[in-house]
Amino acid sequence: MMPAPIARLFPRAQPKAAAFTGLLIAAAALAAVPFVLGMNFGNSWVRIVDFALLYVMLALGLNIVVGFAGLLDLGYIAFYAVGAYLYALLASPHFGLHLPLWVILPLGAACAALFGVLLGAPTLRLRGDYLAIVTLGFGEIIRIFLNNLNAPLNITNGPQGIANIDSMSVAGHALEKPLVLFGIALPSLYLFYYLFLALAILTMFICIRLEDSRIGRAWVAIREDEIAAKACGINTRNIKLLAFAMGASFGGVAGGLFAGFQQFVSPESFGLLESIMVLCMVVLGGMGHIPGVVLGALLLAILPEALRYAARPMQIWMFGRMLLDPEALRMLLFGGALIVVMLFRPAGLWPSAIRRREFASAEKET
Amino acid sequence: MSELLLDARGIRKNFGGVRALSDVSLTIHKGEIYGLIGPNGAGKTTFFNVLTGLYTADAGHIDFAGHRLDLGQAHQVVRAGIARTFQNIRLFGNMTALENVMVGRHTKSRAGVWGAVTASRATRAEEKAIVARAHALLRYVGIDARANDLARNLPYGDQRRLEIARALATEPGLLALDEPAAGMNASETAALRHLIENLRADGITILLIEHDVKLVMGLCDRVAVLDYGEKIAEAAPEVVQRDARVIEAYLGGPVQ
Repeated sequence: MMPAPIARLFPRAQPKAAAFTGLLIAAAALAAVPFVLGMNFGNSWVRIVDFALLYVMLALGLNIVVGFAGLLDLGYIAFYAVGAYLYALLASPHFGLHLPLWVILPLGAACAALFGVLLGAPTLRLRGDYLAIVTLGFGEIIRIFLNNLNAPLNITNGPQGIANIDSMSVAGHALEKPLVLFGIALPSLYLFYYLFLALAILTMFICIRLEDSRIGRAWVAIREDEIAAKACGINTRNIKLLAFAMGASFGGVAGGLFAGFQQFVSPESFGLLESIMVLCMVVLGGMGHIPGVVLGALLLAILPEALRYAARPMQIWMFGRMLLDPEALRMLLFGGALIVVMLFRPAGLWPSAIRRREFASAEKET
Repeated sequence: MSELLLDARGIRKNFGGVRALSDVSLTIHKGEIYGLIGPNGAGKTTFFNVLTGLYTADAGHIDFAGHRLDLGQAHQVVRAGIARTFQNIRLFGNMTALENVMVGRHTKSRAGVWGAVTASRATRAEEKAIVARAHALLRYVGIDARANDLARNLPYGDQRRLEIARALATEPGLLALDEPAAGMNASETAALRHLIENLRADGITILLIEHDVKLVMGLCDRVAVLDYGEKIAEAAPEVVQRDARVIEAYLGGPVQ
């Protein structure tokens, strides 16, 4: 019998042909998503899914910090902001710079990673609640800076934000224009979907590889017992900073994509509520478990929109007329759904085996 | 005696106004089992924590295998070749026994982010070697059958063994055991003693803090006694047992 960790280390142990067919079916299904949504529900739904994919990247990045290394970060959206503003400044008429996507995205990742280290370095000795408060402050500082850096030198254009940002172009094609391929016209929103999907899958792939590595084990060891981790020879300072930097760099890439997609950024997109939303995705999906986190991100990004559409017919069906404004009702339902999930599945919707055990043992102890 | 392995000079540690260690000096030779005993609160664990880099010393220095230790840097101490266990066992409770020992291989492996993400040939070979080594160490301490059990679910004696296996994974020259027999019954203690003797036979030098006097006297080549943060004796066990200051420290002042 093969022990479980070894099976995890060599996932290729399953028959290759079956794995390949499975992969092909999954790829076809994912490729069909925008067509199915666009034709049945309209293009606004494709747009919602595009955003959901950005949230998947954000949640996966935050999961490295919160889920793997166990460091509670309430200011994560700051790295998204750094990536987005970097794109905005380097590809818009604001400074007259128009750098290509493949230059800006790595630069955004690196810049966000640097900010991750800047946040991580002074907070190395903090844990839990204290760390949460400092990271919360950090997130707000970045937002307030963006809001006020329009005088004396106009860098961020202040609360008005930066508009007319260049759209992204991949292989010479600007994604804001539809692409005709083999006689099929692919609208711009579909193209963004494919780009975001590719990068979300890449992010997921990196996370999976990291989780099952020496680095991933060191992160979990720090989460489990920092002193014992030190006694095993782990340089906890560097490994924690690495978690902050890696997590932040995913946020930076997602931010760059956001700026190129919206073609407009302003500080109000990067408030505390956004940080909390991403944290909710990680916690609700299942901290530290990559498939769970992806599920959490997709659900929380799509559910509020679905509720917006469902609120009206639901009320008419139940009461025969509209009682509440759909906008108010959807947040009420959304909050209620979060509470219900956390009550009945405290370890998240789809927790990793290890987290499930942690929660089970915590319950036994209390 | 043989070659000098560890040379601690004038280690001092204060906690506020309390002097936990006052100028403790001791030497450990290669291949010996060195006991550190003393009444409760004598500073044994404090000395351990200074030695293994969890505390910084207020004065003094430690040379290990000819190199000055970077005190206060736990991971550097492990790299230099000193591994430890804890009085109150500190395992990664929600990882399996095997994964615990795999974490112990951290300093002896090198895969970084790039290697992990690309799963390069070198990284895969390294991971395979880590798993093989971890199994071998679990076999060595006699708990390989429980490799895939969660550390927290192991019986107490096996947890102690697992902690030793994890420490051995760092390939230490000196293994520091903080009260390894605490809470063990007679048969578990006998098995532990057997394990420690095996370790010595395999060339590992051992520093042992222990309350079980029988175990210390039976195992150790030399013993140092701490009392109120001062070293009051350092000699072979038979000599220490007859030392007047040691008897006073354990039993209180001379009987009137």
